[in-house]
Amino acid sequence: MSTSLLNVRNLKVSVGGKAILFGVSLKIIPGELHVLMGPNGSGKSTLAKALAGDPAVHVTGGSARFAGKSLLTQAADVRARAGLFLSFQYPVGMPGLSLSHFLTAAVRERKWDESAVARELPPMLNFLQLPSDVFSRDVNEGLSGGEKKRSEIAQLGVLLPKLAVLDEPDSGLDVDALQALAKVIDRFHRQGMAMLLITHYSRLLKYLRPDAVHVMVGGKLVKSGGPHLAEEIEQRGYEPLLPPV
Amino acid sequence: MTPDRLRQIVTSKPASRYSFRDPERPVLRSPKGLSKVVVDLISEQKDEPAWMRRIRHEGLRHFLRLPLPPFGPDLSRLKFDELYFYLKPSERKAQTWDDVPPEIQRTFNRLQLPKYEQEFLAGVGAQYDSENIYHHVLPQLRKQGVIFSDVETAVRERPDLVKKYFGKLVPSSDNKFAALNTAVWSGGSFIYVPPHVHVELPLQAYFRINASRMGQFERTLIIADEGSFVHYVEGCSAPTYQASALHSAVVEVYAERSAHVRYTTLQNWSKNVYNLVTKRARAAANATVEWVDFNLGSGVTMKYPAVLLTGRGARADILSMAYAGKHQHQDAGARVLHLAPETSSVITSKSVSYGGGRTTFRGRLRVAPNAADCRSQISCQALILDRHSASDTFPTLEVDNASAVVAHEASVAKISDAQMFYAGTRGIPSKQAAALVVNGFFEPLIKELPMEYAVEMNRLIEMEMVGAVG
Ligand SMILES: Nc1ncnc2c1ncn2[C@@H]1O[C@H](COP(=O)(O)OP(=O)(O)O)[C@@H](O)[C@H]1O
Ligand SMILES: [Mg+2]
Repeated sequence: MSTSLLNVRNLKVSVGGKAILFGVSLKIIPGELHVLMGPNGSGKSTLAKALAGDPAVHVTGGSARFAGKSLLTQAADVRARAGLFLSFQYPVGMPGLSLSHFLTAAVRERKWDESAVARELPPMLNFLQLPSDVFSRDVNEGLSGGEKKRSEIAQLGVLLPKLAVLDEPDSGLDVDALQALAKVIDRFHRQGMAMLLITHYSRLLKYLRPDAVHVMVGGKLVKSGGPHLAEEIEQRGYEPLLPPV
Repeated sequence: MTPDRLRQIVTSKPASRYSFRDPERPVLRSPKGLSKVVVDLISEQKDEPAWMRRIRHEGLRHFLRLPLPPFGPDLSRLKFDELYFYLKPSERKAQTWDDVPPEIQRTFNRLQLPKYEQEFLAGVGAQYDSENIYHHVLPQLRKQGVIFSDVETAVRERPDLVKKYFGKLVPSSDNKFAALNTAVWSGGSFIYVPPHVHVELPLQAYFRINASRMGQFERTLIIADEGSFVHYVEGCSAPTYQASALHSAVVEVYAERSAHVRYTTLQNWSKNVYNLVTKRARAAANATVEWVDFNLGSGVTMKYPAVLLTGRGARADILSMAYAGKHQHQDAGARVLHLAPETSSVITSKSVSYGGGRTTFRGRLRVAPNAADCRSQISCQALILDRHSASDTFPTLEVDNASAVVAHEASVAKISDAQMFYAGTRGIPSKQAAALVVNGFFEPLIKELPMEYAVEMNRLIEMEMVGAVG
């Protein structure tokens, strides 16, 4: 189907010689918000990294198309410039490189107007309740876990991807910060940005209107459904979805 | 970084805009190799007094006697017999760019020296192979008694100053290369700043090697009299040749009571150049000496700018930046001797190695027994971009006065695959990401430079890292 923004078919990957994903299929239409849930270690982050082009994740089978092109052979930076964004569960620091410089370079690579950084980034930081000097601080340096997550999300406002893969952006946030995060996600979603939101908890979902919820267990999507699926998991946990031992 | 990405970076090195060469048309060239005949030929060319010729002969004696340095990079491929020790590019020295031979003028235009001179320099000296071919200083400074010339001119016009200071900080017996320079020195800069004169704009010298198998041996002598200030900047470059070239300078800086000297070097020799330099300064009471040393070029550099703090309250500030790529070994460092009470020093080193390059930092700090209440802060940071590259640090601290406060820190950082991937997910290719990290790493040091050089420096790093032809 040519209308899908992302079309992943039967994706199998391994990391360090160990198979992690065992045939994942997923289709996202432009502007849709998909939620990916699942117990720790089920392969959610690995899927996110495989989509973003982490050289450490080896594709052993399947295919993926993004924005009309075959995805899996492209380098990470090419995928990013085609409109794919990944907000990391554990973002690395870039000592000696300020967030504003870093994003200016990212914008320059897209041949966009570099003034976007100074215009868009400070209001995002402010809205996400981050100290304003995060702008000029080194990328992900000297920030708490929750601050790093929000700093990742703030970058959305500058890079405006077609599809944002957000890997547990809600962990480590207090209620206020969580609400601010939800508002930002909701705003971009309503503006037409597609999202794949990875989360453990349904607490973030209270504020959002996802188009689909998927559950990953043991490197496979074991169930997909509407928002009600998140509520089910909230009440009953993942147990009913786990394979019998 | 993965070997593949690394190879990309290394093989995409630009033919830099410094590597062009002119046809060689010297008016005089010494025979190959070093001998008393060559030393005498140089001395005759300069029509020197006998006392200077004696100094040269003594230098030659020490050169023949002294061994190569027992530490540091491999110098076994440096063949003294294959080098030309003196090469005179033109008959006379010009005071306006129009009087410089057109080819040489074109060279310096490409290096933008006349432009910088107009925009922000108080004086300029330009050396091409063995001789200064241009020298100029703002007339108002001349009226204030500031001297900026080559050392030959000073030998003729201010023998009093030359006899008092030449070779007193770096005697020819100091090391093999100091001895060599003393024997065959030619060109370089002589600066005298009278008491309480502040030279607000920098004085710059540019050293260009054009000929193949060349040895360039400029000599620099800076005397800042009481309460004066001067900022001297030197830049250098050379075309790339197969055969090795040698650059071996001796620099002596005297900051008299309460004077302030800042000495900035932007070293960008081509990779076939051995850059073996002895730099030493003496700071009298309450004087300040700053060495700002940026080593980007050359195949092998050995250079450890030193400051002798001989007067109460004297200060030394040494910034050393080194950048070593494929086939490069930057063996740089700093030496500070606290020889008087209440003296202080700051030594900061930052180095980057990549593509098989190697950086070494040798820091030596000594606090003499009589030097009470001294302070020193040494900080050493290395960034290694891949596993083919290396960095070593050799700090030597000899503190013989218990009241000294000495702080020392060192760190080594690497760019990880995770960082490269992170930059990739933002749309930044790995080469650009590495350039960004390197620029960020050096930025606090580069900020210390005058604007124009800072821009130049950032561009050089970018060129090296990304391979964009400048
Ligand atoms: N670098 C790695 N080397 C080997 N195994 C890994 C590596 N990273 C993750 N894994 C394994 O891959 C599986 C999926 O991990 P991950 O994708 O992080 O799960 P999730 O994000 O769902 O918690 C886990 O079993 C984990 O132990
Ligand atoms: Mg995870």
